[in-house]
Amino acid sequence: MQSLFALKKYFLRYKSKLAFGILFILLSNFGQVYIPIILKNTIDELQQKVTIELIIQNVLLIVGTALISGIFRFFIRQTIIVISREIEYDVRQDFWEHIQKLPLRFFQNNSTGNIMAHATNDISAVRMFVGPSVMYAIDTVTKFSIVLAIMFTISPILTGFTLVPLPFISILVYILSKKIHKKYNAIQEKFSEITTVAQENFSGIRVVKSYVREEYEIEKWKISSREYFEKNLEKVKLQAMFQPVLYLTAGLSTIIVVWIGGGMAIEGTITLGEILAFVVYLGLLIWPMIAFGWVANMVQQASASMKRIQKILNEKYEISDSGLTDYSITNIAGDIEFRNVSFRFKADLPLVLNNISLKIPHGATAAFVGSTGVGKTSLINLIPRLYDTTSGEVLIDGLDVRNIPLNVLRENIGLVPQEAFLFSDTLENNLAYGGKKIPLEKISDISKLSKEVASFPLGFQTVLGERGITLSGGQKQRSALARALAIDPKILILDDSFSAIDTHTEEEILIKLKEFMKDRTSIIISHRISTVKDADIIFVLEDGKIAEEGKHNELVELNGIYAELHNKQLLEEELKELN
Amino acid sequence: MADQHKDDEILGKAYDSKLMKRLLEYIKPYKKYVALAIILNILVAALGPVRPYLVHIAIDESIVQKDYNTLLNITLLLLLSLIFQAVVQFFLTYYTEYMGQKIVYDLRVKLFSHVQKLALKFFDKTPVGRTVTRVTNDVESLNEMFSSGIVTVFSDVFTIIWIFIFMFYMSWDLSLVTLAVLPVLIYATFLFRRKVREAYRDTRFHLARLNSYMQEHVTGMNITQIFSKEKEELNKFSGINNDHKIANIKSIFYYAIFFPGVELLSSIAIALIIWYGGGKYLENTMTLGILFAFIQYTEMFFRPIRDLSEKYNILQSAMASSERIFKLMDDDTFVKNVDNPNTINNVNGRIDFKNVWFAYNDDNYVLKDIDFSIDPGQTAAIVGATGAGKTSLINILTRFYDIQKGSILLDGMDISKLDKRELRKHISIVLQDVYLFSGTVKSNISLGSKDISDEDIINAAKVVGADKFISSLPNGYNEEVKEKGATLSVGQKQLISFARALAYNPQILILDEATSSIDTETEIIIQNAIEKLLKGRTSIVIAHRLSTIQNADKIIVMHKGEVREIGTHQELLTKKGIYYKLYQLQYKDQEITKTA
Repeated sequence: MQSLFALKKYFLRYKSKLAFGILFILLSNFGQVYIPIILKNTIDELQQKVTIELIIQNVLLIVGTALISGIFRFFIRQTIIVISREIEYDVRQDFWEHIQKLPLRFFQNNSTGNIMAHATNDISAVRMFVGPSVMYAIDTVTKFSIVLAIMFTISPILTGFTLVPLPFISILVYILSKKIHKKYNAIQEKFSEITTVAQENFSGIRVVKSYVREEYEIEKWKISSREYFEKNLEKVKLQAMFQPVLYLTAGLSTIIVVWIGGGMAIEGTITLGEILAFVVYLGLLIWPMIAFGWVANMVQQASASMKRIQKILNEKYEISDSGLTDYSITNIAGDIEFRNVSFRFKADLPLVLNNISLKIPHGATAAFVGSTGVGKTSLINLIPRLYDTTSGEVLIDGLDVRNIPLNVLRENIGLVPQEAFLFSDTLENNLAYGGKKIPLEKISDISKLSKEVASFPLGFQTVLGERGITLSGGQKQRSALARALAIDPKILILDDSFSAIDTHTEEEILIKLKEFMKDRTSIIISHRISTVKDADIIFVLEDGKIAEEGKHNELVELNGIYAELHNKQLLEEELKELN
Repeated sequence: MADQHKDDEILGKAYDSKLMKRLLEYIKPYKKYVALAIILNILVAALGPVRPYLVHIAIDESIVQKDYNTLLNITLLLLLSLIFQAVVQFFLTYYTEYMGQKIVYDLRVKLFSHVQKLALKFFDKTPVGRTVTRVTNDVESLNEMFSSGIVTVFSDVFTIIWIFIFMFYMSWDLSLVTLAVLPVLIYATFLFRRKVREAYRDTRFHLARLNSYMQEHVTGMNITQIFSKEKEELNKFSGINNDHKIANIKSIFYYAIFFPGVELLSSIAIALIIWYGGGKYLENTMTLGILFAFIQYTEMFFRPIRDLSEKYNILQSAMASSERIFKLMDDDTFVKNVDNPNTINNVNGRIDFKNVWFAYNDDNYVLKDIDFSIDPGQTAAIVGATGAGKTSLINILTRFYDIQKGSILLDGMDISKLDKRELRKHISIVLQDVYLFSGTVKSNISLGSKDISDEDIINAAKVVGADKFISSLPNGYNEEVKEKGATLSVGQKQLISFARALAYNPQILILDEATSSIDTETEIIIQNAIEKLLKGRTSIVIAHRLSTIQNADKIIVMHKGEVREIGTHQELLTKKGIYYKLYQLQYKDQEITKTA
């Protein structure tokens, strides 16, 4: 419950609309409640054989009242339910603004699916609370009190008897829908279980077929489908109870009116019109009583959801500008230095980088080689502060990166990550994602994209991704390179960015890059010797440490890890040429 | 925009007689029960409408006549009908839902069994996620149609019919006056449904856009952060979030009009009853009881009509799902057996490839004129660079795919004339990527086969040297395998798959050695395991280990889809051909580490 108090600030934003909404609920309820009074009067007047004109007057009054009440009902939804959508928007907006600033670590610890579940399901649950729950709660309370007052003035005794079954509706709805919700969750669990069985079977189909286990797998599927079927039946049983229980309690009230009210009418202590009013009032009360039980459940679910949302909203930014930040820095030159840098992902995990020190002067090209998992990517991620070091410091132009404003730092570093991720947007918007300081023509020339762009009917306006064309792995990597060049970077980092590009094209790109990178710092991670051989300095990483460093020729002569890598790739080339 | 809508919501007709006919096939086994359910439905539908009629009698024949006994009798009748209705309704709902669930279960099993029989080609070209959706979600939306859809349509229709019967029985002219609102109600309902459906599609479209934006940008969050575009992205997000909000607020409008509108209509119906009925009462041709009953009926027939219109959507999505389901059911990508396949009981294990040509599609041959033979009990090592065609060789030997030209013989018998499942029973395959299923270590070795006893499992594990680590697990052989074996090391997973192959004790073994490097200790265990595995049976090994090749009876060197060299390790080395180069590239290091 308490977590829902966090919604107070959102409600306050719409307080006048909310106030009107509540007012409309009251007004429309007065109208709805007035109609049975007219009905009662009409029946009683009919028995006294009044003129048809008087009856027509009543008829018009009914229609008029219903019309006014209906108009207010319209405005209730237009205020309160609309507010729920407004607040949903606000909460989601705050949620997004927050997670955008969370460090990479957060996204590695939380799956995309998980984050999506909060942004969709949990926010929906909160919306259901804000809208329908609030509306029905207020509606029920006000309607119930007005109707109760009127019924009481007609006949306290009959009111007493007929009201007995009503609270049971709320209680039963509450209990049943809570149980159904629980069963529903159990069903979802079973459903994801059968999904897993199917998933595993289809993914492992080679094993299944090799060992001729199809029958066994079908049997397995039957068992879990059967369990799912049975779980569903448990819910069905409760759901089948729902309606009968409702009319049983509601119908009981009506029968009590006919029986006790009828008896009173025979005695003459109540009129037929009053009995009719009772019957109609009961009809008016049933839905609010149902809604009440439902609302009680909704509140519980919403508060659980709100708690989950708040947990994310309370996640710390970790990497952001701080007291150390010197805002007078507006540019960087590109000298890079690592001073005794160590890094681990979590306190209880082993070190990925172990006491690394190195220097890359601005304008130089540095390359990193080493087998997978050796810490190359972690190392370069420290430069634009995607992670901060565990100990030691990364310096740019002699300054700790933590002194440089985060946006200044990142706007000057062009990073081309291992996975060339592009957005489903136009090619132009993707290439100019970080800015368009260098003309599109130039960056696509360097990245060897010009030919493709010319071949697309829409050129740079071609839409990529699901709703557009799918680029090949190589095209994606070249686009990602162009995107990084477009920001006119002082430091360019290529994290194994050419793996899907053929060696010939790669060579062409490297030649053009050399020209472009003249006064800029380049850092290249690659598995290919051909990519790194011309670098000013090559670092060979092993076990989180620098094992070898130097120029290509020096390293080949050293006859160590690098030399071995070099020989293998020569052989591979030879084999490929062979026909 | 309009086009994108179509992409998001591919919904066909709500009713397609061809599809319906096929669906009804699944109901057939239950047709007696369905008939019973419908009959019960007709009866129970009368119990609600009978009560206002009884109230009318209570008023006209007891309260107005001041007859207390009749009142008591009618009260009892009312109570009986209420309890009876509640009880029967409960069982009826439960019972029909049960049937629906059962039918869906049948369909789910049938569909899955069908997919099991499809050829590997189907799985190679269809994303796993799509097939999973067919057997789970799509079947699920049929569930909704069977249970809540069809059943309530019957009960709603019968309820309306009974209400009309009672109304017309009491007073036909008052009925006609009251029902004057009916055309308006029906028109309003269908107009509302149409508008809401449009609005719903619109909201769905914007929701899909919002979700795909979030999905994409959570995945690409590092790009946003690297280029420090948080502000710009937040603006874009606001736009999409706002469109979603506006689309929803628009749809609120229709609800805000419709629900109060229906209430107004019901008040108008009551007003009509009072006006016309009141007039007749004053002329003494109408009783107060009938007025009472009619007022109650107005509230009764509004709900079923509203419900009925909702069923349209359920039917529509069920039709779309069943179309997809039947499409899968009709897929016949099978590797077909010949009629009356030959049987073999005792396999010696001689394998001959005779001028075999194979392509996955068209004339794009990945294997060209492959010709070699392996004697019973021999081990042949297949070596070659990536893309040389080694995996395809396995695919055709087990008949995961059939070849285009040439023939493959097992003990001199053409394997295309054999039952493919029987063929596979004689061959065990150990794949490079070990696939473990959820379950226990034990069930992953036996794969649920009843022919393999616990003793066999433990023996197999002992022989390959897996027993030691399995026994040290907290639950030993009954240890749960989680997340495809994420808690086990690469080497351990391999040993389990070796044990699996051994437990099946095949005459022919195909081993696709894993390339991934493992620590020396495990390496020694695995080398021993492989030796034991190959002993005494015909084996084909896609080799990555020097030790394996050196022990092989013959080495078959593949290059670009062809067999280029055949011979023993020493023979091929002296030849200084492709094998020599491969040796330098892939195997030589192992020699160094071994001697070191």
